[in-house]
Amino acid sequence: MTSQAPGLWPPSGPEVVFLLLGAVAVGTALLVVTTRQLVHAALWLVVCFGALAGGYLVLTAEFVAWVQVLIYVGAVVVLLLFGIMLTRAPIGPSAGLDSGNRWAAALVAVATAAVLVTVVVTGFRTAYAPLHPGQGAAEPLGASVFRIWVLPFEALSVLLLAALIGAIVLSRTDIRGRE
Amino acid sequence: MHVVYPVVVSALLFSIGVYGVLARRNAILVLMSVELMLNAVNLNLVAFDVWLRDRLHGGQVLTLFVIVIAAAEVGLGLAIVLAVFRTRRTVDVDRLRALAEVVRAPDPGRPDGEGAS
Repeated sequence: MTSQAPGLWPPSGPEVVFLLLGAVAVGTALLVVTTRQLVHAALWLVVCFGALAGGYLVLTAEFVAWVQVLIYVGAVVVLLLFGIMLTRAPIGPSAGLDSGNRWAAALVAVATAAVLVTVVVTGFRTAYAPLHPGQGAAEPLGASVFRIWVLPFEALSVLLLAALIGAIVLSRTDIRGRE
Repeated sequence: MHVVYPVVVSALLFSIGVYGVLARRNAILVLMSVELMLNAVNLNLVAFDVWLRDRLHGGQVLTLFVIVIAAAEVGLGLAIVLAVFRTRRTVDVDRLRALAEVVRAPDPGRPDGEGAS
């Protein structure tokens, strides 16, 4: 897997595309955690997830890319927007979205980034993955989900059902706990 | 595709998520930052699956599972946030201190460290 890998520079075509998408994802993620408008944070999150889906496409993980678009962009962001609306957040810019320990948080985040980037760069500098289109299409993924990963799949569906019922019970006001 | 590129992007996304969780005050923004961290993990899983050419597609299947768990988590999290908002009229995680330890003034009659127990 690491034999006859081309050099890190210049990057090939797919790598250039992936790096551009990654830059978009990281930049919009920074906007999500720094913007002063709640609704804009959710909308920047859409751009970030979309760029990540494009990155999955470049990595030949097509099915994961479409599931990402469907569930994250389609469902999770809509849920977050509903949450923003239902908690009556102000639409305009609002102060006080950041807590007082912002500088400590920035310090921790920069330290985390430094440690992680150093470790992965030293660990995987020579690793090279040749891309074969169709590797992550729906057919091989579906075959492996329903042949090998059936038990976790079923357990996960039970978990999803439990989470749904829990969310309904939590958000209804006419269900009281036992006295 | 060099494995370094997706892995570095995912490390940066993860640390941005860490910053968001620690620095944001609105509970919904904290949930968004958690989603960012989960996405960083997903990118890692996909990249390593492609690198190792797993015949069982373990990485990509686990990515699908993580996406499902993230959906369940955000649904429950928003239900909890809404319940808190109904009772407290705020979603400020700095002001929700009902479960915080009570910090008492130090008792002069006892040595330090035993007054709070």
